[in-house]
Amino acid sequence: MKLLEHKGKEILAAYGIPVPRGVLVASHEQLRSLTYPVALKAQVLAGGRGKAGGIRVVNNPAEAEAALDAILQLTIGGYAVKQVYAEERLDIARELYLSYTIDRSARAPLLMASRAGGVEVESLPESEMFTAHVPPTLGVLPYLFRAMRAKLGLAKEVSAQLEDIAAKAYELFRKEDAELVEINPLAVLGDGRVVAGDAKVTIDDSGLFRQPEHAGVDQDRTPLEQEAHDKGITFLQLEGDVGVIANGAGLTMATLDVLGLKGGRGGTFLDLGGTDDPEKVRQAFHILVKAKPRVILMNIFGGITKCDTVAHGVRQAMEEQPTAVPVVARIKGVNEGEAKRILRDAGMHPADSLEEAAELAVKLRGSP
Amino acid sequence: MSVLLNRQTKVLVQGITGHQGQFHAGQMRAFGTEVVGGVTPGKGGTEVDGFPVFGSVREAVDRTAATASTIFVPAPYVKDAAVEAIEAGIRLLAIVTERVPVHDCLDLMGYTRAKGCTIIGPNCPGLATAGEAKMGIMPNQLFKPGRVGVISRSGTLTYEIVNELTMAGVGQSTCIGIGGDPIIGTNMVEALDLFDKDPGTDAVVLVGEIGGTAEEEAAEKARTMRKPVVAYVAGRTAPPGKKMGHAGAIVLRGRGTAESKMRAFEAAGVKVAAYPREVPGLLSR
Repeated sequence: MKLLEHKGKEILAAYGIPVPRGVLVASHEQLRSLTYPVALKAQVLAGGRGKAGGIRVVNNPAEAEAALDAILQLTIGGYAVKQVYAEERLDIARELYLSYTIDRSARAPLLMASRAGGVEVESLPESEMFTAHVPPTLGVLPYLFRAMRAKLGLAKEVSAQLEDIAAKAYELFRKEDAELVEINPLAVLGDGRVVAGDAKVTIDDSGLFRQPEHAGVDQDRTPLEQEAHDKGITFLQLEGDVGVIANGAGLTMATLDVLGLKGGRGGTFLDLGGTDDPEKVRQAFHILVKAKPRVILMNIFGGITKCDTVAHGVRQAMEEQPTAVPVVARIKGVNEGEAKRILRDAGMHPADSLEEAAELAVKLRGSP
Repeated sequence: MSVLLNRQTKVLVQGITGHQGQFHAGQMRAFGTEVVGGVTPGKGGTEVDGFPVFGSVREAVDRTAATASTIFVPAPYVKDAAVEAIEAGIRLLAIVTERVPVHDCLDLMGYTRAKGCTIIGPNCPGLATAGEAKMGIMPNQLFKPGRVGVISRSGTLTYEIVNELTMAGVGQSTCIGIGGDPIIGTNMVEALDLFDKDPGTDAVVLVGEIGGTAEEEAAEKARTMRKPVVAYVAGRTAPPGKKMGHAGAIVLRGRGTAESKMRAFEAAGVKVAAYPREVPGLLSR
């Protein structure tokens, strides 16, 4: 789960990392009590906020009111701005970069730091970036920071603050079940202090059971995705118009791909998982119909569960949730003949293979 | 012949008194696996479907000489269960459980490798040696004994492809579901290496998906192998930035796309199937 900047900074501060003074602002009244100048920053999960006009420096309450109203009208990277964070304006002398991510291949946390931060990081040659794996159960030992110091060649006072921040950020990374802690820019101020100019923190969804303070509403989900999530259904809304439902993440992806190769576009990713629970199937179809597909393409590989059991669940779901949307269904596995009969009797379009099902779905969908 | 698992392997089921553990212990036995018992803390001395239940892995290993264990315990307890098993002398673990915290996996995989043990998973269907034994949840009727090894990041998509192989008369040696998480115990390169060294395997099918660089690394490995490799990659239509069901299936900052993986395979001489059902045909060519 990605955290918004203000939440990320709150966590950095809790681990002792210096952050600028800031407050969420919702009303014009609040703007009057601020010390100016301040930066008003749109709180969205998308990058490129500055370019989109989502960050504005203002010098007095009148300017702030106009800027606040304007920022709240913005949609940045598909996200409507709902919150604005007012932060003291920093006198930035230079920008550094610091992050911890998880290196899947090395099966270890990866520390990255550079002498250049902000937007420059994108164009920084790889050789300029300090990177080091952290042995997870041992943590950041002094040799890592000696190597970082040698590589970056920063002034002693700056280096000491960077190392202190890096140690605290690793503690945060581990204790908060983070997948990503990125501070960019890590700002060196005119007076020599080093503070976090931005904060990108992503918490591992699988760790949320022991991080209750983070387990709020994920800003990254659509309302329908949130509804599905609350019911324990793996569901994504995509840009096409074919409602794709399958069992297992890999098979659902493959179903979307075959549909694509046949000239269709998936509008949903709905993974039924290993379930044979008719109630779960019913809820899944309920979500699927709400996504307003032009045709539904179902692909079930009945491994443990027998196909006719799955077909009964689907028929029941369709009876309780009548819809004019045509349903193409391909069910493979034990008792698939019986399953096809049940689906046909219920008015659905059974198909033998995934390719055939995808072709039929594209045909029934009609011209866009 | 096979890799990792055969009919002589003595297998435990951790979490055998749970719904999943109990059901799949029975399925594993029906497949031919030598399931010697189960472990559930606090329920030692009882019995489930004829399997003895032990209160600790240490006790189970002392009494049964088990060397492998399949873990079905809930995600918050997986790290504890796995370390308990390895400390008690278990050499091979299949972790079926999904949604294990990634930091627990980081701890576990480093430790396991230092101990010289093998973990398959987590978030995986387990592994099966056709006609001999299986650990995990793969459907029993799919397999046909033969000489093709299968490595996959997903469950049902693997069943789909193994089913196509069986229908086409292409038998399998061992099928390994390595798991859909970002941090897994045995990766594609390591699994390819096992098959390359196995005299009972002539060719390997790799079922990959978007996210990470495991397929690109596997492509490099395939260059050095004497045995042919055929691949399928799921997720060519997946939008960037979305986790496609598996925690590891995500295109981030332009990295981990299906195109990149397919290109890497093709450059390494690995044939790539556009449709799952093309896999058997590419193997025979």
